[in-house]
Amino acid sequence: MGEAIVITSGKGGVGKTTTTANLGTALALLGNNVCLIDTDIGLRNLDVVMGLENRIIYDIIDVTQNRCNARQALVRDKRFDCLHLLPAAQTSDKTALTPEAMIEIIQDLKPDYDYILIDCPAGIEQGYKNAVAGADKAIVVTTPEKSSVRDADRIIGLLEQEDIDPPTLVINRIRNHMVNNGDMLEIDEIIQILSIDLIGIVADDDEVIKASNHGEPVAFQPKTKASIAYRNIARRILGESIPLQTLDEKITFLGKMKKMLGMK
Amino acid sequence: MAVKRGVTIKGTRDGLSLYMDDTYSYKELLSELEEVLSAQHILEEDPLIRVTIELGNRYLTSKQQDEIRQIFEKHNKLVIDKIQSNLIEKKTALEWKEQTDIKMYHRMVRSGQVLHVEGDLFLIGDVNPGGKVMASGNVFVLGSLKGIAHAGCSGNKQAVIAASYMAPSQLRIADIISRPPDSDEEGMYMECGFLDESYEKIRMERVTALSKVRPELNGFERRVMNG
Ligand SMILES: Nc1ncnc2c1ncn2[C@@H]1O[C@H](COP(=O)(O)OP(=O)(O)OP(=O)(O)O)[C@@H](O)[C@H]1O
Ligand SMILES: [Mg+2]
Repeated sequence: MGEAIVITSGKGGVGKTTTTANLGTALALLGNNVCLIDTDIGLRNLDVVMGLENRIIYDIIDVTQNRCNARQALVRDKRFDCLHLLPAAQTSDKTALTPEAMIEIIQDLKPDYDYILIDCPAGIEQGYKNAVAGADKAIVVTTPEKSSVRDADRIIGLLEQEDIDPPTLVINRIRNHMVNNGDMLEIDEIIQILSIDLIGIVADDDEVIKASNHGEPVAFQPKTKASIAYRNIARRILGESIPLQTLDEKITFLGKMKKMLGMK
Repeated sequence: MAVKRGVTIKGTRDGLSLYMDDTYSYKELLSELEEVLSAQHILEEDPLIRVTIELGNRYLTSKQQDEIRQIFEKHNKLVIDKIQSNLIEKKTALEWKEQTDIKMYHRMVRSGQVLHVEGDLFLIGDVNPGGKVMASGNVFVLGSLKGIAHAGCSGNKQAVIAASYMAPSQLRIADIISRPPDSDEEGMYMECGFLDESYEKIRMERVTALSKVRPELNGFERRVMNG
């Protein structure tokens, strides 16, 4: 029986879809059966990032409206047989999906998969409620910006009211030089405010955007900064204890050194 | 006319004290009060006299208190300062307890969340930016206060706010609001806020200052002593 994990953030554009695509790829790379579900009805992206756009025949709304069953709507990944995508509908609106329907779909798919990753839309309304409904766990994505952290905090507050495990945190788009200059919130500061467990830090990396544009998640590449970060998160999801990347250590260590020396 | 002594009057430093013997019936006292007050000859040019009514171990409903006030209104040189009794109604006692109890919470108050209590709030945890805590009494935060705190939210101007780390986006006490200067990024450790003598501005001090400015922090005792 698999585990359903929702990837959420509150604020838009912080990297939910990118994280879902890359964690899915990394988990598949490690030999897991993975199903990705895009719940961003009307604004689907996950298929594009995965490069599966033109293989879509049915979508999640076709499933809820009984035009097909969940398995028929699944799109198999180009690279991995064990990685599937249940796409969102592009034309319907958010109200076409309900939490009850999500729970039903996830219960239906769970026996076939080790992990079901749910890409949540931005916001805290209907779309969020749908995405969270069938989840056992949650990963909250934030960037090192005040507004993003504020929204992550709001979402964590809402997640705490759900019947799921305490959420874990991914800090995305860390930029070394900005942190060192004190222009961005430091990792320590973010963790202190959100006070949930950190499961990974992903650097801001142009390769991520390039890879997304090619429809091939960066996690597939052997050794860019971001791909290593995503694969490490995947291994942490699998229960391995992997220290945070040296990149991250350098950030805080350097930051502290500079503070001690009175540099800004 | 027989001499009744259900109602006795004594002069004090602050005016008059009028004792109503609690072994008499309410009716007897009422008619005696009428007589006693009509017998007092107060001149037009005399100043107003403040009267404290002492009921002893008698409870008067607010309707009965109104009756007494009406009798006094006929004698317009006398004004009732307060009506004191050793007794309070069970309902009132429970209300006081509710309003002055310390409510303890052990959680985070995150962005968008509001924690509202009657009485004092003792929070173990942080109030994050965008979060809000409200109490009809005092607010104590054993953690970082980065959001909004509102003490005395039903009007109590004596209420205080204290936090282990004080970096609020806004403080409110009763209907007074203050926020830190825009330049002020850093918070302070072990700080408290309370209304100054004019009750128009919130003043910030080390928490140790509280023992001087608010010696009677315990709201329940305060209520019992002062009503
Ligand atoms: N680590 C990163 N480095 C560089 N670019 C990134 C990184 N993560 C995400 N991006 C880019 O940021 C943009 C937004 O990412 P993404 O679509 O994953 O966000 P989202 O949270 O799913 O947005 P929405 O709320 O609209 O669904 C994309 O262009 C993506 O390529
Ligand atoms: Mg998205």
